[in-house]
Amino acid sequence: MIEKRLYPLWFLWPAVALYAVLFVVPSLLGILFSFTDWSRFSPDIHFVGLDNFVEIFTSTGNYTSYLGNTLLFTVVSNVLKLILGLLLALALNRPLRGRGIYRAFLFFPSILSFLVVGLIFRAILHPSHGLVNTFLTSIGLDFLAGSWLADPNLVWGSIFTVDAWKGVGYVMVVYLAGLQTIPQDYYDAAAIDGAGPWNRFWAVTFPMLIPAITVNVVFGLTYGLRVFDIVYVLTNGGPGRMTEVLNTSVFNEFALGNYGLGTALSSILFFVLAVLAYFILRAMGRRKVEA
Amino acid sequence: MIKSRFWSTAATQVLMVALCVIISVPFLVVFFNSLKAKGPASLMELSLPSVFQWDNYAVAIERGRLFTSFLNSMIYAVVGTLGTILVTAPAAFVLSRRAGKTTAFFYPFIALGIMLPTNFVALISVMQFLHLMNSHFGMVVLFIAANVSFSTFIIYGFVGSIPRAMDESAAIDGAKPMRLFFTVILPLLQPVIATVSLLTFIGIWNDFMTPLYVLNSSAAWPLTLSIYSFFGRYSQDWHLVFADVVLTVLPVFVVFLVGQKAIVSGMVSGAVKG
Repeated sequence: MIEKRLYPLWFLWPAVALYAVLFVVPSLLGILFSFTDWSRFSPDIHFVGLDNFVEIFTSTGNYTSYLGNTLLFTVVSNVLKLILGLLLALALNRPLRGRGIYRAFLFFPSILSFLVVGLIFRAILHPSHGLVNTFLTSIGLDFLAGSWLADPNLVWGSIFTVDAWKGVGYVMVVYLAGLQTIPQDYYDAAAIDGAGPWNRFWAVTFPMLIPAITVNVVFGLTYGLRVFDIVYVLTNGGPGRMTEVLNTSVFNEFALGNYGLGTALSSILFFVLAVLAYFILRAMGRRKVEA
Repeated sequence: MIKSRFWSTAATQVLMVALCVIISVPFLVVFFNSLKAKGPASLMELSLPSVFQWDNYAVAIERGRLFTSFLNSMIYAVVGTLGTILVTAPAAFVLSRRAGKTTAFFYPFIALGIMLPTNFVALISVMQFLHLMNSHFGMVVLFIAANVSFSTFIIYGFVGSIPRAMDESAAIDGAKPMRLFFTVILPLLQPVIATVSLLTFIGIWNDFMTPLYVLNSSAAWPLTLSIYSFFGRYSQDWHLVFADVVLTVLPVFVVFLVGQKAIVSGMVSGAVKG
């Protein structure tokens, strides 16, 4: 029983205790609270059944549109970064002078805080003095200048662009790590068989990149569904409540003192991600068995 | 063939330089304007200042009480990172080495936390119950708890590459678990610990949502929160806001220059193994 002596279970307990008390308990408690009228305005908490969920899905409070916005953000921002990131990785995987520097430049924004990136782009996209509009005006394209963060037709595009500016480097780096595991022989063999660049991509590169793509999709989904900072700092859900996402609405309810409703919204997100996590873990387990 | 390769390389070079310009220009705008007087800075032009006003930084630090916030951020990030490593490295080690029902349950239980969202509204009530609100200690504990999943997951992946023969020879020499872990295993974990430390440090340093929910008293605010509130109060004083931004980016930039390789290797782990 060398195992028990050398690998004592108490090595686990500090980590498990912290995680259980400050992550698991709040998550379960949150689900419980989501069936109550817990608020700042009353010391008593009553069980109200599904009232909060009925409110979220049927009221005029627009909560379903915040759910829709969260999905919109998750899908569009990820598709954009997955495609751009792949193109960048393919370009920077070839022998190219200065590619280390290019990679570093593209990667750097992804380690900055969203708060900082948001503030920088509040300046760059400023309607009267921002660099984007002054640049467009200076080259005679003033008709393209706009209120990037206030115009309902432009605001989502601005959010997606800023998000890609910050996040594409990370996606690229994950793809690059995947590309570097593909042996050159595979390409040589495909070339001997007469495969052109397009066929080589679909026959060799793409299948070998599946693990990297999986990581990018999993992280992307998790990030997109939980998005808060970038929306909060760039638009704070505006104009109106047009760009409100789930996590910004949770914060609004929290600030208003509607704790029961806030926990209900948060629990919906928890449920969606738990289901996703279940399928991802199952798919990964299956792949391991096959391999 | 050779000619077409030349042109495609040239086109890629041009494109990459253009992209690097797109990445850099926002930083240059912020840096240049952080050194201008209030009037010129509010035009936010991409131009060098006519006079370099270095005291913008002193003013921003003083008015935004950034010195305190900087210290707060440092405490959260440094102590939070050390604490995270201290609790997760032994856990990851035992989870990876020891077979049985307990470890088979706790590994996925912990790893799930990487994907799942925190219920902040309910977390606040737990934090209040434990008297952890509005204190440095509470924040550090919360940051450690928030990083348990990711850190355990990454270190766990690395422990598997350390041969068990190391453990057994130490055991034959009579080493107890603590000594085995701290004198034999921990030194071997050094590369992965460097990576996890950098990522955890950056994550805590950049975090905005946690302090936004947990901290009402400005005395405990980290830089992110101070700067957001500063931006609210001085949104006309772009020169000061820009100086603020530079001060927040600088430490992350230094960490990036020193540890780019380790950061990248941590972020992509999993991408190659599948």
